[in-house]
Amino acid sequence: MSVEPALLAGEPAARPPKPGLPGRLARDGGIIFGALIILFMIVIGITAPWLGTKNPSEINPSFRNRVPGIEQTIRNDDGTARTFTYRMGTDSLGRDIYSRVIYGARVSLIIGITVAVISIAIGLFIGLIAGYLRWVDAVVMRLMDGLMAIPAILLAIALVSLFRAGVMSVIVAIIVPEVPRVVRLVRSIVLSVREEPYVEAAICAGTPTHLLLFRHVLPNTIPALIVQGTFICANAILLEAILSFLGIGIPPETPTWGNIMAEGRGLFRIYPHNIFFPGICLALTVLAVNVLGDGLRDKLDPKLARRV
Amino acid sequence: MGWPVTAPVLDVQGLTVRLPAGADRVHAVENVSFAVAPGEIVCVVGESGSGKSVTAHAVMGLLPPGQLTATAGRVLLEGDDLLRKSPTEMRRIRGDRISMIFQEPMTALNPVMKVGDQIAEVLDIHTRLSERERRARVLDVMTSVHLPEPERLIDVYPHQLSGGQRQRIMIAAALVLDPVLLIADEPTTALDVTTQAQILKLIKELRARRNTGVLFITHDFGVVAEVAHRVVVMQHGRVVEQGRTEDVLRRPRDDYTRMLIRAVPSLSPPPRAPAAAAPIVLQTTDLSKTYLARGFFAKRREVKAVKDVNLQVRRGETLGVVGESGSGKSTVARCIARLIEPTGGAILIEGADVARLGARALRPHRKRVQIVFQDPYRSLNPRRTVGAAITEGPMNFGMAESEAATRARNLMRLVGLDPDALARFPHQFSGGQRQRICIARALAMEPELLVADEPVSALDVSVQAQVLELIDDVRKRFNLAVLFITHDLRVAAQVCDRIAVMHKGEVVEEGTTAAVFAAPKHAYTRALFDSAPGRHFEFGKFEV
Amino acid sequence: MLGYILRRLLATLPVMLIVAVFVFLMLRLTPGDPAAVIAGDNANSEQVAAIRNSLGLDQPIFTQFFIWFGNILRGDFGESYFFKKTVAELITSRLEPTLALSLATIVIAVAVAVPLGVLAAYRQGTLIDKIVMGFSVLGFSVPVFVIGYSLIYLFAIKLNWLPVQGYQRIGDGFGGFLQRLILPSVTLSVIYIALIARMTRTSVLDVMGEDYIRTARAKGQVEVKVLFKHALKNAAVPIVTVIGLGVALLIGGVVVTESVFTIPGLGRLTVDAVLARDYPTIQAVILLFSFVYVLINLLVDLAYTLFDPRIRY
Repeated sequence: MSVEPALLAGEPAARPPKPGLPGRLARDGGIIFGALIILFMIVIGITAPWLGTKNPSEINPSFRNRVPGIEQTIRNDDGTARTFTYRMGTDSLGRDIYSRVIYGARVSLIIGITVAVISIAIGLFIGLIAGYLRWVDAVVMRLMDGLMAIPAILLAIALVSLFRAGVMSVIVAIIVPEVPRVVRLVRSIVLSVREEPYVEAAICAGTPTHLLLFRHVLPNTIPALIVQGTFICANAILLEAILSFLGIGIPPETPTWGNIMAEGRGLFRIYPHNIFFPGICLALTVLAVNVLGDGLRDKLDPKLARRV
Repeated sequence: MGWPVTAPVLDVQGLTVRLPAGADRVHAVENVSFAVAPGEIVCVVGESGSGKSVTAHAVMGLLPPGQLTATAGRVLLEGDDLLRKSPTEMRRIRGDRISMIFQEPMTALNPVMKVGDQIAEVLDIHTRLSERERRARVLDVMTSVHLPEPERLIDVYPHQLSGGQRQRIMIAAALVLDPVLLIADEPTTALDVTTQAQILKLIKELRARRNTGVLFITHDFGVVAEVAHRVVVMQHGRVVEQGRTEDVLRRPRDDYTRMLIRAVPSLSPPPRAPAAAAPIVLQTTDLSKTYLARGFFAKRREVKAVKDVNLQVRRGETLGVVGESGSGKSTVARCIARLIEPTGGAILIEGADVARLGARALRPHRKRVQIVFQDPYRSLNPRRTVGAAITEGPMNFGMAESEAATRARNLMRLVGLDPDALARFPHQFSGGQRQRICIARALAMEPELLVADEPVSALDVSVQAQVLELIDDVRKRFNLAVLFITHDLRVAAQVCDRIAVMHKGEVVEEGTTAAVFAAPKHAYTRALFDSAPGRHFEFGKFEV
Repeated sequence: MLGYILRRLLATLPVMLIVAVFVFLMLRLTPGDPAAVIAGDNANSEQVAAIRNSLGLDQPIFTQFFIWFGNILRGDFGESYFFKKTVAELITSRLEPTLALSLATIVIAVAVAVPLGVLAAYRQGTLIDKIVMGFSVLGFSVPVFVIGYSLIYLFAIKLNWLPVQGYQRIGDGFGGFLQRLILPSVTLSVIYIALIARMTRTSVLDVMGEDYIRTARAKGQVEVKVLFKHALKNAAVPIVTVIGLGVALLIGGVVVTESVFTIPGLGRLTVDAVLARDYPTIQAVILLFSFVYVLINLLVDLAYTLFDPRIRY
């Protein structure tokens, strides 16, 4: 049960200083767990070439569908031979799954972060304007309603079908369905903040609209947007994997977790690891981002818990 | 009525309730003792944070588990120590032998359950009555709390009732099993003054008829004077004084009690110099605001919030606009500050009509009218320093930062705060201090008219007096015109030169404060005055 | 009430119109000849000319839209040159599996999620709460197809309890129908359960902090009844709302799940259509799913009156 504020409230003359925000965040288990895993994945993505990988797109017809841990002697250009261990086996084209999984982290993270940043930026811009200008609001919100009436995955699928397959088109296809959600969130915050007496006081003080938005309204959207951003990031990583898995996302030679799994579908009964290794990485990454988001929400924006 | 001669229903002895670790003090309530006799109303009075509400919840066994725990003392209900009861035993006692009513009748009733069922629930929990008997008992108790047409109201939902009716339902549910003790936690604070008077009358009547002991929690000495047989004054979780109402109010022994009672504004207006000759700063002619509730394809509905209001405020004068909730008084204030656009009439500020100006044209007029709001906790942007709040306005109109900062320092001193506190954030100030900051912010614009929209309603009575004094002081010092919106007749009597009484969007009576208080003409004004709790009592005139 | 339903139905028209405009523009804004795009890569010039004619591509764009939209209102979604059928026929033949899968999923999800959410709220902060919430985050994080393949691996391949993939029409025997429906609907319900359980918990917790809950306790009511008699009904509106909004997730999940379990439904059709760039089919499927989604959320709005007497239409 929550504290009943009426019971505990006094006249708080001068509250003891709260620990700084970074301090409070660093004490939350979920935030630490999420941040560490994400950091780990970022490090893996950056240092992929030095983690015992080989070219993830290199086809090896004589060495297809091998089980994890198998070794192969590879002849180098200068004639010496070395042993390469396929830690996660090879796929039906003989590509090293371990290398593909490691390189796959790059694509997932790039897509997750890019989509989150761009969706938030666009949504914030439109939402601020819609929240403040009535005539824009009417038009924009009807458009957003229309976009939101199309289930997100379907909209993304429809959009990728229009472009040539590639990372950029996947990013655009995921951003479009996310933007209306950000717009709604920002708009709802703007509408509630502009009723606050301190905003009305600023209006009486003659503060021009653009400063009003910038000084008093915008800062109030930031906690919610940081939280929303993490959830968009998680969603985007998932959606990219789904599109690639369905064979309509990023071209199959690019190593992404979704592509590895798509490739592994055919021989799933015999070689389930083709799906499980990338699947675990994907789930772990998305889990980490979601847990981080939950932790941030509890600390930064408890009210967001009620929004969907 | 004297000290209880019969055994008390409730005898609280040395009650101590611990606060969770990290709070600003160790105990919410410390060593509190008092008693309530059958048929007696005992008021526990104190400011926010005094522990009065915690005391009530402790008696009821409703302290939030794990956060507040009674650590010492005894709570004897007819000799039975409630603190030693198991949760199950306490559940059997609650609703049957003790019951409780709360501050907000809007939220204290379950919105999705018929009110009759909510009363019947008590019978359902504690008795084995048949459906028919239950309904009869519910109708019976609804009649006894004077609800009109109980046969119809038994089957309605809370939102279909008025605030006063909802509180009657709460009281009916509390009294349906004839408990020996009724705990009333600020039961009339959320109600309008006329409704409050009716509920207070009802509580007095019921305790007399049923001989129920009443533990009445309040912050309002007017209410104390109206209903209490005995008074317990609390401060910082301790009892500082208790005794018969007459004794405590007329001959308080404790300094804090004296201060509290003295801070209650008197209902008789002090003599004030008329400002008849001064130039008119604000004049409204037929000011109207109509809201159109319109939906897509839905029927249109008109709500006339304000109808043809004519007001006039002169330089150096305070005009009080008095009314209950929904009277339109705040809408008037917001129209004049041009936070909303009126739908009809004119608003002349020093002769210039601002009623219909657009945002751009309005800007030069903005500095002339400044507003102070009710809620000090939401009136300042929590993310910006106090200094930024005060300098924002002048800098909007081109003042250099250094000059604005100097002005802010001077104003901080003027409103009685440390100028060095400008770099601090709002959460480091108390409610009263924040209201001072808001006044400084308004004054920084050097306005002609100050609109004060219930500026002291959210403050404790001791802080209230200081803020009122400050407002009156700046009015004199800057020769300001002040439009003072309030629901509190006592406050209005103290600070206003003239008052306008609003009812259902219209001004029903206007005149000098002295004249209106001495001889109210309109029936509504008279009803309002008759409802003021403790109106027969002159506070702060102590006998030695 | 009836008037309200009518008004709300009318109010969904603009939204559906905007969806239609999006879907229409989607194709017209792609570079190249829309007729050639629609006909697909292996169409002959006669087919392209026929399409150009039927869509009125030489007309101004507004006229084109009204021709297209008029056709749709008459149930004519055009022809799929890839499947060699009219789109309407195609959709009708794929309807049953998707409906069966969706309904089974909703039933499972609501039946599991609401009790879990209430339990988590009631035992807030305990191990049970943490397990439910942990499961919920996990449900949001593990992609549908990973769940699907894990379940197939465990229950079909290792334990051999259920068929691996495929679908059996309800007309061809109820037993086989049900047997093949279990894994996909459980797979699909995971994310939906996560969503609903979470919202149930939040909304019950919210309500438990309300004043009338304290009133019920002050009457001496036992906790179980406080929870079920007072809290749950008040918490219902947000829960029902999220069930409605979650249909978007469900539709997305259908697309993936049908691919994993090779179920010949609308989801599978969507993917095949995209792979074949069969635009008339893509357009029709998007319109259909969006229409269903909007309609369900309209029903949800109307259902509010069942839970909250303050909402009257």
